[in-house]
Amino acid sequence: MANTTSITKLASHIPGFDHVADGGLPLGRTTLVCGSAGSAKTILAAQFLAEGIRHTGESGVFVTFEESAEDVRVNMSGFGWDIAAWEAQGLWAFVDASPEPSHETVIVGDYDLGALLARIEYAVSRVGAHRLSMDSLGAIFTQFTDSATVRREMFRIATALKRLGLTALLTAERTAEYGEIARYGVEEFVADNVIILRNVLEGEKRRRTLEILKFRGTPHHKGEYPFAILNGEGMVVIPLSAIELKQRSSNVRITSGSIDMDAMCGGGFFRDSIILVSGATGTGKTLMATEFMAGGARLNERCLLFAFEESREQLFRNATGWGVDYERMEAEGKLKVVCAYPENDGLEDHLIRMKRTIESFAPQRVAVDSLSALERVSGPRGFREFVVGLTSFIKHQEVAGLFTATTPNLLGGESVTEAHISTITDLIILLRYVEMYGEMRRGITVLKMRGSRHDKDIREFTIDAHGMHIGKPFREVTGILAGTPRHASGGEIEVIRHLFTNE
Amino acid sequence: MSEYRLKLYVIGQTPRAERAIANLRELCEKEFDGRSYEVEVIDILENPQIAEKERIIATPMLVMFLPQPMRRVIGDLSDSDKVLMGLGLAPSPPRNS
Repeated sequence: MANTTSITKLASHIPGFDHVADGGLPLGRTTLVCGSAGSAKTILAAQFLAEGIRHTGESGVFVTFEESAEDVRVNMSGFGWDIAAWEAQGLWAFVDASPEPSHETVIVGDYDLGALLARIEYAVSRVGAHRLSMDSLGAIFTQFTDSATVRREMFRIATALKRLGLTALLTAERTAEYGEIARYGVEEFVADNVIILRNVLEGEKRRRTLEILKFRGTPHHKGEYPFAILNGEGMVVIPLSAIELKQRSSNVRITSGSIDMDAMCGGGFFRDSIILVSGATGTGKTLMATEFMAGGARLNERCLLFAFEESREQLFRNATGWGVDYERMEAEGKLKVVCAYPENDGLEDHLIRMKRTIESFAPQRVAVDSLSALERVSGPRGFREFVVGLTSFIKHQEVAGLFTATTPNLLGGESVTEAHISTITDLIILLRYVEMYGEMRRGITVLKMRGSRHDKDIREFTIDAHGMHIGKPFREVTGILAGTPRHASGGEIEVIRHLFTNE
Repeated sequence: MSEYRLKLYVIGQTPRAERAIANLRELCEKEFDGRSYEVEVIDILENPQIAEKERIIATPMLVMFLPQPMRRVIGDLSDSDKVLMGLGLAPSPPRNS
């Protein structure tokens, strides 16, 4: 019977969640939200009601077993949810079942939680609720030591919620991030839908994820999805692998900002490509990003620069040194420079802010200098998710994105960043120091370019007050990319040349 | 003004509620004999807003408002000694003299 009727979903309107949940929460059902302490269960429970009120005017009931109603009002105000105002408008009702230390209570004989159910039903009918959140089950089990009675009563309440047609969230504690679903075996009475929130320590950084363990009889995306808790917003889920790869490929060429570089790429970058510029410190990565910005501004494009390594003043001074006037570009509305300390936030928070900035500024080109700086604030997994999330988002907007990555070695070498994102990039440019006759010189090469012919040479380039000048290829030198430049004699070069001629 | 003031909150006319009412009546007659007392039985199904105001979760619940301090006892009150202890009223000595 139940299998033949399809389950519809209720859009939660929690950012990103509905994508992962393939439409939202099962309508008219109760979903169990399990998580360890500090995994944002209460926030999710409150946001579920808040988004209902804000987006569709659906009213909600919040049943709290742990924090008092007043605590919830205060704690959630930081997310911009004015719960007291919603209560006054009849859109939000509390059922405050938090323990009262002032009331001494003893238990003598048989009892039930009928009063709680009566209060829930009363609150639901008073505000005409569609949504209900109950936070958290563990707290009611500690209020009443007889867990068999509590379990029986909670089962009764869960049944009543279904009868009332409410879409509900029920939170419960977990003792470990990976292990039994919840304490007290609460999944027994809400077994159909289970969401797990995690707050895992990964390389000294906290990483929050959400996983839909099951939605009985209805599809959802599997696996853990990172999420962030933002001031003034609440929870934002990042649906990484749920991002659809439907980018269109563009054949339109845009300038790199340098005529020489355009020539190396067979006429410029592609409009919607992701470009990675990799090199050791001081090889000219920031310069390439600057020229990329300046080149766009000359064609009246809007350019956005995210800088994670240098301050605004430093960036502007550098640009001036290369003959680029950032100040004027900004005044003309062609440039926006966003400087941030990578350490200030988790990567998820950075990602969400960057997406917001891209959406609001609507640039034609975006540069990030450097990705490696962001790598410091996260574990490898979190970083990879960040890069995938950012690049796919940029591609979606059909803008050109240039990222810089720092290699740890001065000569040659490969950065971790490179390894993480090289498959996502359309174009990889390597900048290298070349030691020749006791002198450090700079080399540049286009390692790969999707869908285009490009210069295979390793060319020498110089930097002066007008920027970057790419010159002749290094001849008679081998091993530049490997970081071990070696001079080859003319005879040796001849031999190699003959190896590849078709005779 | 009564010396003892109690309220018993129940849900509907369930066997458990009936049991609690009977147990309380018996207890009052035995313990408060000769003194002034006041007992009110409140059905939460008819007055859910009272349950909200008094923050009642479990039923039956007996609340003693007088004498102070306020005490609460949850359950069908099947053990009168425990109920008296819960209310902070020591069980009366056996009347055999």
